[in-house]
Order: sequence, then structure tokens, then C-alpha cells
Amino acid sequence: MTPNNIVNMAILKGLDVIAITDHNSAKNIDACIKAAKDKILVIPGMEIESREEVHLLCLFEDLNSALMMEKTVDENTAYIKNREDIFGRQEILDEFDNLIGTHDKLLLKSCDLSVYEIKKETERLGGVCIPAHIDRESFSIISNLGFITEDMGFTTLEISNNTTREEFLGKNEYLKNYSFIQNSDAHALGYINERVNAIEVYDKTLKSVISALKLRQNP
Amino acid sequence: MIFLTTKDLEKALGLVKIAGGDTVKEVSGMYICDLLSLVMSKARQNCAWITVQTNINIVAVAHLADISCIIIPEGIAVDNNTIVKANDEGILIYQSQKTSYELAVEFSKL
Repeated sequence: MTPNNIVNMAILKGLDVIAITDHNSAKNIDACIKAAKDKILVIPGMEIESREEVHLLCLFEDLNSALMMEKTVDENTAYIKNREDIFGRQEILDEFDNLIGTHDKLLLKSCDLSVYEIKKETERLGGVCIPAHIDRESFSIISNLGFITEDMGFTTLEISNNTTREEFLGKNEYLKNYSFIQNSDAHALGYINERVNAIEVYDKTLKSVISALKLRQNP
Repeated sequence: MIFLTTKDLEKALGLVKIAGGDTVKEVSGMYICDLLSLVMSKARQNCAWITVQTNINIVAVAHLADISCIIIPEGIAVDNNTIVKANDEGILIYQSQKTSYELAVEFSKL
């Protein structure tokens, strides 16, 4: 996956908005925004792995906020050298898909910030924090922390493509008042979704999309 | 195994109590797991539970599964709101510098 093939595949699929959410990294967002050239809205984000090994989607209204979040995450992640033979090369590309750097530090691990701390910092930077793929049995807030409580203060939850909102709520009725999103979570080009999921927004801007995700279906 | 209480366990394993006040409970086994969803369905009643998770949800899980006490290994710091909640609910939380494995080995000798 490169900035240009991600953006162009998403355009071919007829998507209006995509989010770039590398694991604990924000270094490929700039290239994707530039490659998109206003043809598709690109949300700057990260999938952050908390101390509890919970994956959280953190989405921002601007690139700078995402980069500030990346800095905080990086400062709170112990240095373990990436093993390229196991985890592959952690590439940083520019908007022409040229390799401009690699992450030497292993990104595929947890940082030493709690779910609460990550959510608070994301919101301080104007972003929205969404527990990722909560129906999954690994790296999800429900598998690791048992359940979602009101005091965590989430508004929107993400479920994977392995389930539906109805099926998920059948087993987790207590979450029925939250807003739900479902995404490609595409780790390869072929997994980018068709135009099948939608959310209501005031207009097609980063601010409106983030605002919509900050609203609970039934407050 | 002889009849054990949390007080016996505290002494035998050299645990430091950080929440739960004067509560004393029977201990009839040990369970080690960090996925709270699994703990909720698998932990047996009256077990001492070792976990590295320190989120406030561990208190509710201990309640739900009728766990005797929570032991946090390896000197890991516990979130303050977790301690407050555990004190409110009378859930014992102990801390230890030892690893889960070391604690389990010592427990098996009691």
C-alpha cells in the first residue's frame, strides 16, 4: 500500500472520506493528504495501542494535531528495535510514493498510556477517540477491559466487518445508545470497502466529520 | 491444601495491601489472566487473581466473579481511581514486586 494507490483505490470505490490510521504512527498522513489533492477527504489519524493493549482510533481535524499526538505516543513508548525480518519494513513515503525514511523503532506494540490518558489527550488536541474493532477477541476494549463503562465517556464505537451492528448489539445490548461506525480497516489494497457505510455530516469537511463522531446516537 | 484466607496469603507471599481495608476473604485457588473478558467467564469463585491490568474495571470484574483478592505483580502502579473504587466496594488489592509465575509457584507450596 502506498499513498497514491490507497487514495486512488478509495476514489475508484467512490468513497468520500478515508482516514489514515497507522499503528502508533502519523508519518504517512502528509503524503496521503497531498496525494489526495482535494479529490477525497483524508482524516489524519492513528490507531494507538494503549497500555492495556487496547486499540483506539484517534482522529484529528488537522495534521498538526495528529503529529503532536504521535510525539506524545512516541515519548511514552519504550525503544525496541524493529526486526524487519519479522515485522517488515516500517516505511515512510512521500506523496509520489518515494521511500523517504523508515521507522527504526518497533511500532507494533503498546505505549505506556492508559485508555483514559489517550482519550483525554486526543480530545485536548480537538480530536475524537473511538475504541477500535470492539467485537474482536484481540486488542479490543471489551476483550481486554471486559466492558465499556459510561465514565469512559466514549461517543462512537467501531465494529469490524465480521459482524453487524444488530448482531453485535444482540450480545451487547447495554451499548445501544452509542453511535457505531464500521470501516474497512484495510491492511491491503483489496480490503478497501465499497461505498457501503455512511455517516450523516453537516458538510464534507474534517471539522464536520470529527464533530459527527463526537455525538452519541442517544445522548 | 489447607483452608486459607487473604490474610494468610498476604503474609505467606509478602504482599502489600493497597485497597480493601479490613476485608478478609477465603482463598481457594489462584487464577492468572489479563483479558478481563476471559476472567469474567473463567475465574472461579474465591480465587486470588493476578493481573497486570490496573484499570478501574478490575474492581467490577472481581465483584462479578466473586474473586477473593486482586494481586498486581511486578511492582506495577495502580490507577488512583481503581484504588478509590476498590476501597468503596471492599475489594482487596495487593501489590507484589514478584512476577505472576513466582507468586504462583509460592502459592502452590502453601
